[in-house]
Amino acid sequence: MRELDAKQITEAVAEMCKEAAYYLPKDVYEGLKRGRETEKSPVGQNVLDQIIRNAEIARAEDRPYCQDTGMTIVFLKIGQDLHITGGYLEDAVNEGIAKGYTEGYLRKSVVSEPLFNRVNTKNNTPGVIYTEIVPGDKLDITIAPKGFGSENKSGVKMLVPADGVEGVKKAVMEIILHASMNPCPPMVVGVGIGGTMDRAALLSKKALTRSIDERNPMPEYAKLEEELLELINQTGIGPQLGGTTSALAVNIEWGPTHIAGLPVAVTICCHAMRHSHRVL
Amino acid sequence: MAEQIRIQTPFTEEMSRKLKAGDAVLISGEIIAARDAAHKAMTEALARGEKLPVDWNNQMVYYLGPTPAKPGDPIGSCGPTTSGRMDAYTPTMLDQGIKGMIGKGSRSKEVIESMKKNGVTYFAAVGGAAALIAKSVKKYEVLAYPELGPEAVARLTVEDFPAIVVIDCEGNSLYETNQKKYRTLQGYE
Repeated sequence: MRELDAKQITEAVAEMCKEAAYYLPKDVYEGLKRGRETEKSPVGQNVLDQIIRNAEIARAEDRPYCQDTGMTIVFLKIGQDLHITGGYLEDAVNEGIAKGYTEGYLRKSVVSEPLFNRVNTKNNTPGVIYTEIVPGDKLDITIAPKGFGSENKSGVKMLVPADGVEGVKKAVMEIILHASMNPCPPMVVGVGIGGTMDRAALLSKKALTRSIDERNPMPEYAKLEEELLELINQTGIGPQLGGTTSALAVNIEWGPTHIAGLPVAVTICCHAMRHSHRVL
Repeated sequence: MAEQIRIQTPFTEEMSRKLKAGDAVLISGEIIAARDAAHKAMTEALARGEKLPVDWNNQMVYYLGPTPAKPGDPIGSCGPTTSGRMDAYTPTMLDQGIKGMIGKGSRSKEVIESMKKNGVTYFAAVGGAAALIAKSVKKYEVLAYPELGPEAVARLTVEDFPAIVVIDCEGNSLYETNQKKYRTLQGYE
């Protein structure tokens, strides 16, 4: 059985939090540039110019791309033959988040309790940590910080099987039209279809860890991704102040569901589609 | 883009009433950052009959919670946050004399009515252009509620801060007009 020291996890998570905050992934950057070439609205072109310039400054100067450096979502795939030593896994991850957000001059945006006493924890912990046990002896870490301007506009719709593909499109478009210009478009839209209410929501988050250039491997879902993207780009939402580049991509993930159900979850991500990935 | 209009704060009602939805502006002078927790604290203070820690007359409020400044910098990344979350507090705050608001996203009917009454202009900065916007900030000083960390009320000294008038003080909205102009969607509404 392979051993991995918890300290190595803390160090990796700290670095990954900084990387995710500073460096917009290349596929998203190129997507923004393609959007700038085709954008029809002059004010939309101006907004895209500022967003592209912002990505370049953040990368060149190691500065947070957005001041909302997010709540830290962490996806862990733990090989069942891996033994973590020297500490508890979730503590190691949260210590990494605290270290990364402090050393990296990232904003601490987490309150310890949501309703009665919203006190900032001052180190951005705890993260939202999802673990999955997989074959092998490695630890696969994805850090996906999530800003709340866009998170607040996300949602779940519980459809029934008879609603079908058209029902899914309507559900997604209802959430997008309600979100309108608020979630810092151009958006990247993560859609989770199937499972239970919570599983659909998780699938919609996982969908956002996939490249915007990569379509779902199943042709029917790939086609639905393209069709939804086209519809979203017809809304006029554009890059915040109206235009034709409302979204860069729609990524769908699906899962088995119940005979009576068709859950659909939509996580809207702003143009700061940040993530960082490492295998230890 | 049309020519940019230069604005020097303090920002009076007379200056506000000259601006129209769609105008691109460059703001210089002092603006005041405040967001969710500070708005809650200030409106609660007013309800208790207390005086506010900041004189808001002829001020511009910027809905912002910046990242911490790196050593040697006046401020960290500092783009706008979603203005709509401040809507519940905004009419009360506008009655304190605020004449300009800088943020991102749509506003409620109640806010637009209060803007018309008080002669207030709402500007959008580009959401998520936070490292770029930081280049126009020269100074950052906390004025009140330091315990709120990034949500503290703070004075920013800015030079050529880029923004666009999205809702003018007659209630005209660039969001509505420009979104309609580029909408080709059939159905789904």
